[in-house]
Amino acid sequence: MPVEPPVVSPRTLAEAYALLAADAYRPVAGGTDLLVQITGELGDPPDRVLNIWHLDELRGIRMEASALVFGALTTYAEMRRSPLVAEFLPAFAEAAGTIGAAQIQNRGTIGGNAVNASPAGDMLPLLLVCDAQLVLGSARGERWVAAREFWPAYRRTALASNELLLRISIPLVIDRHVRFRKVGTRRAQAISKVVMALAWRAGVGATSWRDVHLALGSVAATPIRAPRTEAVLEGAPPDEATADQAASTLASELNPIDDVRSSADYRRAVAARVLHRLLREAGGW
Amino acid sequence: MSYRFLVNGDPVEVEVPGMRRLLDVLREDLALTGTKEGCGEGECGACSVLLDGAVVDSCLVPICQVDGTSVRTVEGLGSAGQLNDLQAAFLQTGGAQCGICTPGMLMAAEAFLAAGGGTDDEAIRAAIAGNLCRCTGYTKIVQAIALAAEQRRSAGHDSI
Repeated sequence: MPVEPPVVSPRTLAEAYALLAADAYRPVAGGTDLLVQITGELGDPPDRVLNIWHLDELRGIRMEASALVFGALTTYAEMRRSPLVAEFLPAFAEAAGTIGAAQIQNRGTIGGNAVNASPAGDMLPLLLVCDAQLVLGSARGERWVAAREFWPAYRRTALASNELLLRISIPLVIDRHVRFRKVGTRRAQAISKVVMALAWRAGVGATSWRDVHLALGSVAATPIRAPRTEAVLEGAPPDEATADQAASTLASELNPIDDVRSSADYRRAVAARVLHRLLREAGGW
Repeated sequence: MSYRFLVNGDPVEVEVPGMRRLLDVLREDLALTGTKEGCGEGECGACSVLLDGAVVDSCLVPICQVDGTSVRTVEGLGSAGQLNDLQAAFLQTGGAQCGICTPGMLMAAEAFLAAGGGTDDEAIRAAIAGNLCRCTGYTKIVQAIALAAEQRRSAGHDSI
Protein backbone atom coordinates (compact mmCIF):
# COMPACT_ATOMS: atom_id res chain seq x y z
CA MET A 1 0.00 0.00 0.00
CA PRO A 2 1.30 3.50 -0.79
CA VAL A 3 2.53 5.92 1.81
CA GLU A 4 -0.21 7.81 3.66
CA PRO A 5 1.30 11.09 4.90
CA PRO A 6 -0.79 13.27 7.23
CA VAL A 7 -3.15 15.61 5.42
CA VAL A 8 -5.04 18.74 6.39
CA SER A 9 -8.17 19.85 4.53
CA PRO A 10 -8.79 23.59 4.99
CA ARG A 11 -12.22 24.88 3.99
CA THR A 12 -11.17 28.45 3.23
CA LEU A 13 -8.21 30.10 1.59
CA ALA A 14 -7.48 32.05 4.80
CA GLU A 15 -7.21 28.76 6.69
CA ALA A 16 -4.88 27.38 4.02
CA TYR A 17 -2.66 30.46 4.20
CA ALA A 18 -2.42 30.18 7.98
CA LEU A 19 -1.33 26.54 7.71
CA LEU A 20 1.25 27.37 5.03
CA ALA A 21 2.66 30.21 7.09
CA ALA A 22 3.44 27.79 9.92
CA ASP A 23 4.67 24.66 8.11
CA ALA A 24 5.75 23.29 4.75
CA TYR A 25 3.06 21.29 2.94
CA ARG A 26 2.76 19.64 -0.43
CA PRO A 27 -0.59 20.72 -1.90
CA VAL A 28 -2.83 18.13 -3.50
CA ALA A 29 -5.49 19.16 -6.03
CA GLY A 30 -6.88 16.41 -8.26
CA GLY A 31 -4.13 14.02 -7.17
CA THR A 32 -3.29 12.69 -10.63
CA ASP A 33 0.39 13.52 -10.16
CA LEU A 34 0.79 13.48 -6.38
CA LEU A 35 -0.85 10.10 -5.77
CA VAL A 36 1.64 8.60 -8.21
CA GLN A 37 4.55 10.41 -6.59
CA ILE A 38 3.82 9.22 -3.06
CA THR A 39 3.84 5.51 -3.76
CA GLY A 40 7.22 5.41 -2.02
CA GLU A 41 8.88 4.23 -5.24
CA LEU A 42 9.78 7.72 -6.45
CA GLY A 43 11.79 9.14 -3.57
CA ASP A 44 10.67 10.41 -0.21
CA PRO A 45 7.01 11.27 0.20
CA PRO A 46 6.11 14.70 1.58
CA ASP A 47 5.92 15.07 5.38
CA ARG A 48 2.56 16.81 5.18
CA VAL A 49 -0.06 17.27 2.51
CA LEU A 50 -2.45 20.20 2.13
CA ASN A 51 -5.72 19.16 0.52
CA ILE A 52 -6.81 22.24 -1.46
CA TRP A 53 -9.63 20.43 -3.32
CA HIS A 54 -12.34 22.07 -1.21
CA LEU A 55 -11.16 25.67 -1.68
CA ASP A 56 -13.98 27.07 -3.79
CA GLU A 57 -12.02 30.33 -4.18
CA LEU A 58 -9.81 28.42 -6.63
CA ARG A 59 -12.63 27.18 -8.87
CA GLY A 60 -14.37 28.52 -11.93
CA ILE A 61 -13.66 29.90 -15.39
CA ARG A 62 -14.62 33.53 -15.92
CA MET A 63 -14.02 36.67 -17.97
CA GLU A 64 -12.24 39.50 -16.21
CA ALA A 65 -11.79 42.65 -18.28
CA SER A 66 -9.99 41.36 -21.39
CA ALA A 67 -8.72 38.10 -19.92
CA LEU A 68 -10.08 34.61 -19.49
CA VAL A 69 -9.29 33.45 -15.97
CA PHE A 70 -9.02 29.83 -14.90
CA GLY A 71 -9.25 29.00 -11.21
CA ALA A 72 -6.29 26.79 -10.33
CA LEU A 73 -8.68 23.89 -9.60
CA THR A 74 -10.26 24.01 -13.06
CA THR A 75 -10.26 20.45 -14.34
CA TYR A 76 -9.58 19.43 -17.92
CA ALA A 77 -13.16 18.17 -18.15
CA GLU A 78 -14.46 21.60 -17.10
CA MET A 79 -12.23 23.23 -19.67
CA ARG A 80 -13.59 20.95 -22.40
CA ARG A 81 -17.20 21.74 -21.43
CA SER A 82 -16.81 25.51 -20.98
CA PRO A 83 -18.62 27.71 -23.53
CA LEU A 84 -16.18 30.55 -22.67
CA VAL A 85 -13.19 28.37 -23.53
CA ALA A 86 -14.87 27.16 -26.73
CA GLU A 87 -15.45 30.73 -27.80
CA PHE A 88 -12.24 32.46 -26.75
CA LEU A 89 -9.52 29.82 -26.32
CA PRO A 90 -10.59 26.70 -28.20
CA ALA A 91 -6.98 25.47 -28.31
CA PHE A 92 -7.18 25.05 -24.51
CA ALA A 93 -10.18 22.75 -24.84
CA GLU A 94 -8.41 20.83 -27.57
CA ALA A 95 -5.31 20.42 -25.41
CA ALA A 96 -7.38 19.35 -22.39
CA GLY A 97 -8.91 16.61 -24.53
CA THR A 98 -5.48 15.11 -25.21
CA ILE A 99 -4.55 14.72 -21.54
CA GLY A 100 -4.99 11.20 -20.16
CA ALA A 101 -8.56 10.10 -20.75
CA ALA A 102 -11.90 10.68 -18.99
CA GLN A 103 -10.61 9.52 -15.59
CA ILE A 104 -7.67 11.94 -15.62
CA GLN A 105 -9.62 14.78 -17.22
CA ASN A 106 -12.22 14.58 -14.45
CA ARG A 107 -9.55 15.10 -11.79
CA GLY A 108 -6.45 16.76 -13.25
CA THR A 109 -6.31 20.55 -13.02
CA ILE A 110 -4.65 23.36 -14.94
CA GLY A 111 -3.12 24.60 -11.68
CA GLY A 112 -1.72 21.18 -10.91
CA ASN A 113 -0.23 20.97 -14.38
CA ALA A 114 1.56 24.29 -13.81
CA VAL A 115 2.75 23.56 -10.27
CA ASN A 116 3.84 19.99 -10.97
CA ALA A 117 6.24 21.67 -13.42
CA SER A 118 6.90 18.63 -15.56
CA PRO A 119 8.73 19.55 -18.76
CA ALA A 120 6.08 17.40 -20.44
CA GLY A 121 3.13 19.31 -18.91
CA ASP A 122 0.73 19.53 -21.83
CA MET A 123 -0.92 22.87 -21.00
CA LEU A 124 2.32 24.69 -20.34
CA PRO A 125 3.34 25.61 -23.93
CA LEU A 126 -0.13 27.17 -24.32
CA LEU A 127 0.43 29.25 -21.18
CA LEU A 128 3.74 30.44 -22.64
CA VAL A 129 2.46 31.43 -26.07
CA CYS A 130 -0.60 33.18 -24.62
CA ASP A 131 1.49 35.26 -22.18
CA ALA A 132 -0.41 33.81 -19.24
CA GLN A 133 -0.11 35.40 -15.82
CA LEU A 134 -0.07 33.09 -12.81
CA VAL A 135 -1.59 34.62 -9.71
CA LEU A 136 0.06 33.42 -6.49
CA GLY A 137 -1.34 34.04 -3.04
CA SER A 138 -0.19 33.89 0.54
CA ALA A 139 -1.19 35.44 3.86
CA ARG A 140 0.73 38.53 2.70
CA GLY A 141 -1.34 39.06 -0.42
CA GLU A 142 -1.26 38.24 -4.11
CA ARG A 143 1.44 38.58 -6.74
CA TRP A 144 1.42 37.98 -10.48
CA VAL A 145 4.13 36.01 -12.25
CA ALA A 146 4.38 35.73 -16.02
CA ALA A 147 4.41 32.18 -17.39
CA ARG A 148 7.84 32.96 -18.85
CA GLU A 149 9.20 33.40 -15.32
CA PHE A 150 7.29 30.57 -13.65
CA TRP A 151 9.49 27.55 -14.48
CA PRO A 152 13.09 28.65 -13.78
CA ALA A 153 14.63 25.17 -13.84
CA TYR A 154 13.80 21.47 -14.08
CA ARG A 155 10.74 20.76 -11.93
CA ARG A 156 11.06 24.13 -10.19
CA THR A 157 8.52 26.93 -10.00
CA ALA A 158 8.45 30.53 -8.84
CA LEU A 159 6.13 29.57 -5.95
CA ALA A 160 7.43 30.19 -2.44
CA SER A 161 6.70 27.47 0.12
CA ASN A 162 4.02 29.59 1.79
CA GLU A 163 2.23 30.38 -1.48
CA LEU A 164 -0.53 28.73 -3.47
CA LEU A 165 -1.31 29.13 -7.16
CA LEU A 166 -4.77 30.73 -7.16
CA ARG A 167 -5.64 31.28 -10.81
CA ILE A 168 -4.21 31.65 -14.28
CA SER A 169 -5.15 34.67 -16.34
CA ILE A 170 -4.94 34.53 -20.12
CA PRO A 171 -5.05 37.93 -21.80
CA LEU A 172 -7.33 37.87 -24.84
CA VAL A 173 -5.82 39.51 -27.89
CA ILE A 174 -7.75 40.63 -30.97
CA ASP A 175 -7.06 38.56 -34.10
CA ARG A 176 -4.79 36.16 -32.20
CA HIS A 177 -4.78 32.59 -33.42
CA VAL A 178 -3.59 29.74 -31.23
CA ARG A 179 -2.77 26.19 -32.28
CA PHE A 180 -1.85 23.15 -30.22
CA ARG A 181 -0.28 19.82 -31.19
CA LYS A 182 0.81 16.89 -29.08
CA VAL A 183 2.76 13.87 -30.22
CA GLY A 184 2.62 10.80 -28.00
CA THR A 185 2.69 7.05 -28.34
CA ARG A 186 -1.09 6.91 -28.63
CA ARG A 187 -3.93 9.38 -28.67
CA ALA A 188 -4.98 8.87 -25.04
CA GLN A 189 -3.06 8.21 -21.83
CA ALA A 190 0.24 9.30 -23.36
CA ILE A 191 2.96 11.49 -21.91
CA SER A 192 4.17 13.76 -24.70
CA LYS A 193 7.25 13.08 -26.79
CA VAL A 194 6.80 16.61 -28.13
CA VAL A 195 4.06 19.11 -27.33
CA MET A 196 3.81 22.43 -29.17
CA ALA A 197 1.78 25.61 -29.10
CA LEU A 198 1.89 28.38 -31.68
CA ALA A 199 0.24 31.80 -31.47
CA TRP A 200 0.24 34.66 -33.93
CA ARG A 201 -1.87 37.63 -34.95
CA ALA A 202 -3.47 37.95 -38.32
CA GLY A 203 -6.37 40.03 -39.51
CA VAL A 204 -8.18 39.61 -42.80
CA GLY A 205 -5.76 39.66 -45.73
CA ALA A 206 -2.63 39.42 -43.57
CA THR A 207 0.52 39.14 -45.67
CA SER A 208 3.07 38.30 -42.99
CA TRP A 209 3.52 36.47 -39.68
CA ARG A 210 3.01 38.88 -36.81
CA ASP A 211 3.50 38.56 -33.02
CA VAL A 212 4.59 34.94 -33.38
CA HIS A 213 4.96 32.97 -30.15
CA LEU A 214 6.17 29.37 -30.34
CA ALA A 215 6.58 27.15 -27.28
CA LEU A 216 7.35 23.49 -26.74
CA GLY A 217 7.33 20.88 -24.02
CA SER A 218 9.23 17.59 -23.60
CA VAL A 219 12.26 18.96 -25.45
CA ALA A 220 14.13 20.67 -22.59
CA ALA A 221 14.34 20.72 -18.79
CA THR A 222 11.42 23.15 -18.68
CA PRO A 223 8.70 24.17 -21.13
CA ILE A 224 10.41 26.67 -23.46
CA ARG A 225 9.84 29.31 -26.09
CA ALA A 226 11.80 28.99 -29.35
CA PRO A 227 13.00 32.58 -29.95
CA ARG A 228 15.24 31.89 -32.97
CA THR A 229 12.40 30.23 -34.82
CA GLU A 230 10.02 32.99 -33.79
CA ALA A 231 12.48 35.54 -35.26
CA VAL A 232 12.53 33.67 -38.57
CA LEU A 233 8.75 33.83 -38.76
CA GLU A 234 8.24 37.39 -37.54
CA GLY A 235 7.43 39.63 -40.48
CA ALA A 236 8.01 36.88 -43.05
CA PRO A 237 5.35 35.93 -45.62
CA PRO A 238 3.18 32.90 -44.71
CA ASP A 239 4.53 30.77 -47.56
CA GLU A 240 6.36 27.49 -48.04
CA ALA A 241 9.85 28.98 -48.10
CA THR A 242 9.25 30.58 -44.69
CA ALA A 243 7.89 27.33 -43.30
CA ASP A 244 10.93 25.41 -44.58
CA GLN A 245 13.28 27.88 -42.96
CA ALA A 246 11.35 27.98 -39.68
CA ALA A 247 11.25 24.18 -39.46
CA SER A 248 14.98 23.79 -40.06
CA THR A 249 15.73 26.59 -37.60
CA LEU A 250 13.60 24.84 -34.98
CA ALA A 251 15.42 21.54 -35.53
CA SER A 252 18.75 23.25 -34.89
CA GLU A 253 17.43 25.41 -32.04
CA LEU A 254 16.16 22.50 -29.95
CA ASN A 255 18.43 20.44 -27.78
CA PRO A 256 16.27 17.58 -26.47
CA ILE A 257 17.45 14.42 -24.73
CA ASP A 258 17.09 10.69 -25.26
CA ASP A 259 14.84 9.13 -22.63
CA VAL A 260 12.38 6.28 -22.17
CA ARG A 261 9.68 8.04 -24.17
CA SER A 262 11.66 9.11 -27.22
CA SER A 263 15.03 9.99 -28.69
CA ALA A 264 16.59 13.40 -29.21
CA ASP A 265 16.72 12.85 -32.97
CA TYR A 266 13.06 11.90 -33.18
CA ARG A 267 12.00 14.86 -31.05
CA ARG A 268 13.94 17.31 -33.22
CA ALA A 269 12.60 15.83 -36.44
CA VAL A 270 9.00 15.58 -35.31
CA ALA A 271 8.99 19.09 -33.80
CA ALA A 272 10.19 20.49 -37.13
CA ARG A 273 7.59 18.48 -39.02
CA VAL A 274 4.74 19.43 -36.71
CA LEU A 275 5.65 23.12 -36.97
CA HIS A 276 5.87 22.89 -40.75
CA ARG A 277 2.41 21.36 -40.89
CA LEU A 278 0.95 24.02 -38.58
CA LEU A 279 2.45 26.77 -40.73
CA ARG A 280 1.12 25.19 -43.89
CA GLU A 281 -2.39 24.87 -42.46
CA ALA A 282 -2.31 28.44 -41.17
CA GLY A 283 -0.78 29.78 -44.38
CA GLY A 284 -3.40 28.02 -46.47
CA TRP A 285 -1.03 26.70 -49.15
CA MET B 1 -10.06 11.37 10.78
CA SER B 2 -13.49 10.13 9.98
CA TYR B 3 -14.96 10.47 6.50
CA ARG B 4 -18.59 10.06 5.50
CA PHE B 5 -19.91 9.45 2.02
CA LEU B 6 -22.30 7.26 0.05
CA VAL B 7 -21.29 4.00 -1.59
CA ASN B 8 -23.84 2.68 -4.03
CA GLY B 9 -26.46 4.72 -2.26
CA ASP B 10 -25.66 3.54 1.27
CA PRO B 11 -24.09 5.92 3.79
CA VAL B 12 -20.71 4.78 5.11
CA GLU B 13 -18.29 6.22 7.63
CA VAL B 14 -14.63 5.24 7.75
CA GLU B 15 -11.95 6.15 10.25
CA VAL B 16 -8.78 6.08 8.12
CA PRO B 17 -5.79 8.27 7.20
CA GLY B 18 -6.91 11.05 4.86
CA MET B 19 -4.40 10.20 2.15
CA ARG B 20 -5.57 6.58 1.93
CA ARG B 21 -6.59 5.87 -1.65
CA LEU B 22 -10.30 5.47 -2.34
CA LEU B 23 -9.31 2.16 -3.96
CA ASP B 24 -7.88 0.85 -0.67
CA VAL B 25 -10.83 2.10 1.36
CA LEU B 26 -13.22 0.30 -0.96
CA ARG B 27 -11.28 -2.95 -1.06
CA GLU B 28 -9.66 -3.13 2.39
CA ASP B 29 -11.89 -1.11 4.69
CA LEU B 30 -15.29 -1.73 3.08
CA ALA B 31 -14.55 -5.20 1.60
CA LEU B 32 -15.90 -4.17 -1.81
CA THR B 33 -13.41 -6.11 -3.91
CA GLY B 34 -15.22 -5.71 -7.22
CA THR B 35 -13.01 -2.71 -7.93
CA LYS B 36 -9.59 -3.98 -9.08
CA GLU B 37 -6.10 -2.54 -8.80
CA GLY B 38 -4.12 -2.71 -12.01
CA CYS B 39 -1.21 -0.30 -12.34
CA GLY B 40 -1.85 1.88 -9.30
CA GLU B 41 -0.80 4.99 -11.19
CA GLY B 42 -3.72 6.09 -13.34
CA GLU B 43 -2.66 4.40 -16.55
CA CYS B 44 -4.93 1.36 -16.83
CA GLY B 45 -8.37 2.32 -15.49
CA ALA B 46 -8.98 -1.04 -13.78
CA CYS B 47 -9.91 0.78 -10.56
CA SER B 48 -12.41 3.13 -12.23
CA VAL B 49 -15.41 4.13 -10.14
CA LEU B 50 -17.94 6.95 -10.39
CA LEU B 51 -17.42 9.89 -8.05
CA ASP B 52 -20.53 12.09 -8.06
CA GLY B 53 -21.24 10.55 -11.46
CA ALA B 54 -17.82 11.27 -13.01
CA VAL B 55 -15.53 8.37 -13.84
CA VAL B 56 -12.24 8.52 -11.91
CA ASP B 57 -9.31 6.24 -11.15
CA SER B 58 -9.86 5.32 -7.49
CA CYS B 59 -6.11 4.74 -7.09
CA LEU B 60 -5.57 8.49 -7.57
CA VAL B 61 -8.25 9.80 -5.22
CA PRO B 62 -7.36 10.38 -1.55
CA ILE B 63 -10.24 9.60 0.78
CA CYS B 64 -10.13 13.12 2.26
CA GLN B 65 -11.53 14.32 -1.07
CA VAL B 66 -14.34 11.76 -1.06
CA ASP B 67 -15.92 13.11 2.13
CA GLY B 68 -19.50 14.17 1.37
CA THR B 69 -19.61 12.66 -2.11
CA SER B 70 -21.43 9.76 -3.70
CA VAL B 71 -19.37 6.81 -4.97
CA ARG B 72 -20.67 4.15 -7.32
CA THR B 73 -18.77 0.92 -7.86
CA VAL B 74 -19.36 -2.15 -9.98
CA GLU B 75 -21.26 -3.66 -7.03
CA GLY B 76 -23.82 -0.88 -7.51
CA LEU B 77 -24.61 -1.64 -11.15
CA GLY B 78 -26.83 -4.66 -10.76
CA SER B 79 -28.28 -6.29 -7.69
CA ALA B 80 -27.64 -9.70 -6.15
CA GLY B 81 -28.13 -12.30 -8.86
CA GLN B 82 -29.32 -9.67 -11.32
CA LEU B 83 -26.98 -8.06 -13.87
CA ASN B 84 -27.85 -4.62 -15.18
CA ASP B 85 -28.33 -4.10 -18.91
CA LEU B 86 -24.71 -3.07 -19.51
CA GLN B 87 -23.31 -6.09 -17.67
CA ALA B 88 -25.70 -8.35 -19.57
CA ALA B 89 -24.52 -6.82 -22.84
CA PHE B 90 -20.88 -7.59 -21.93
CA LEU B 91 -21.92 -11.18 -21.26
CA GLN B 92 -23.90 -11.42 -24.48
CA THR B 93 -21.15 -10.09 -26.79
CA GLY B 94 -18.25 -11.78 -24.99
CA GLY B 95 -16.87 -8.47 -23.80
CA ALA B 96 -14.89 -10.05 -20.95
CA GLN B 97 -12.13 -12.61 -20.86
CA CYS B 98 -9.80 -12.58 -17.85
CA GLY B 99 -12.04 -10.04 -16.15
CA ILE B 100 -9.53 -7.77 -14.46
CA CYS B 101 -10.40 -4.76 -16.63
CA THR B 102 -14.13 -5.49 -16.63
CA PRO B 103 -15.30 -3.59 -13.52
CA GLY B 104 -13.42 -0.48 -14.67
CA MET B 105 -14.66 -0.86 -18.25
CA LEU B 106 -18.21 -1.14 -16.96
CA MET B 107 -17.90 2.01 -14.88
CA ALA B 108 -16.34 4.03 -17.72
CA ALA B 109 -19.06 2.75 -20.03
CA GLU B 110 -21.78 3.51 -17.46
CA ALA B 111 -20.53 7.12 -17.24
CA PHE B 112 -20.59 7.32 -21.04
CA LEU B 113 -24.14 5.98 -21.29
CA ALA B 114 -25.40 8.12 -18.41
CA ALA B 115 -24.08 11.20 -20.25
CA GLY B 116 -26.23 10.23 -23.24
CA GLY B 117 -23.56 8.31 -25.16
CA GLY B 118 -24.79 6.44 -28.20
CA THR B 119 -23.59 3.73 -30.56
CA ASP B 120 -20.89 5.69 -32.39
CA ASP B 121 -17.73 3.59 -32.49
CA GLU B 122 -15.28 6.52 -32.16
CA ALA B 123 -17.17 8.00 -29.23
CA ILE B 124 -17.27 4.67 -27.40
CA ARG B 125 -13.56 4.13 -27.97
CA ALA B 126 -12.81 7.64 -26.67
CA ALA B 127 -14.96 6.94 -23.60
CA ILE B 128 -12.93 3.83 -22.70
CA ALA B 129 -9.55 5.22 -23.83
CA GLY B 130 -8.49 5.31 -20.18
CA ASN B 131 -9.17 1.59 -19.68
CA LEU B 132 -6.69 -0.99 -20.85
CA CYS B 133 -7.72 -4.53 -21.80
CA ARG B 134 -5.00 -7.01 -22.74
CA CYS B 135 -7.33 -9.87 -23.73
CA THR B 136 -10.19 -8.85 -25.96
CA GLY B 137 -8.72 -6.43 -28.47
CA TYR B 138 -11.60 -4.14 -27.42
CA THR B 139 -13.90 -5.06 -30.32
CA LYS B 140 -16.37 -7.02 -28.24
CA ILE B 141 -16.25 -4.48 -25.43
CA VAL B 142 -17.16 -1.74 -27.89
CA GLN B 143 -19.96 -3.95 -29.25
CA ALA B 144 -21.27 -4.51 -25.73
CA ILE B 145 -21.41 -0.79 -24.99
CA ALA B 146 -23.10 -0.08 -28.33
CA LEU B 147 -25.64 -2.82 -27.62
CA ALA B 148 -26.45 -1.36 -24.21
CA ALA B 149 -26.69 2.13 -25.74
CA GLU B 150 -29.10 0.83 -28.37
CA GLN B 151 -31.22 -0.95 -25.76
CA ARG B 152 -31.39 2.12 -23.52
CA ARG B 153 -32.32 4.26 -26.49
CA SER B 154 -35.19 2.03 -27.57
CA ALA B 155 -36.31 1.57 -23.95
CA GLY B 156 -36.37 5.36 -23.70
CA HIS B 157 -38.49 5.57 -26.82
CA ASP B 158 -40.91 2.92 -25.59
CA SER B 159 -41.63 4.81 -22.44
CA ILE B 160 -42.61 7.97 -24.29
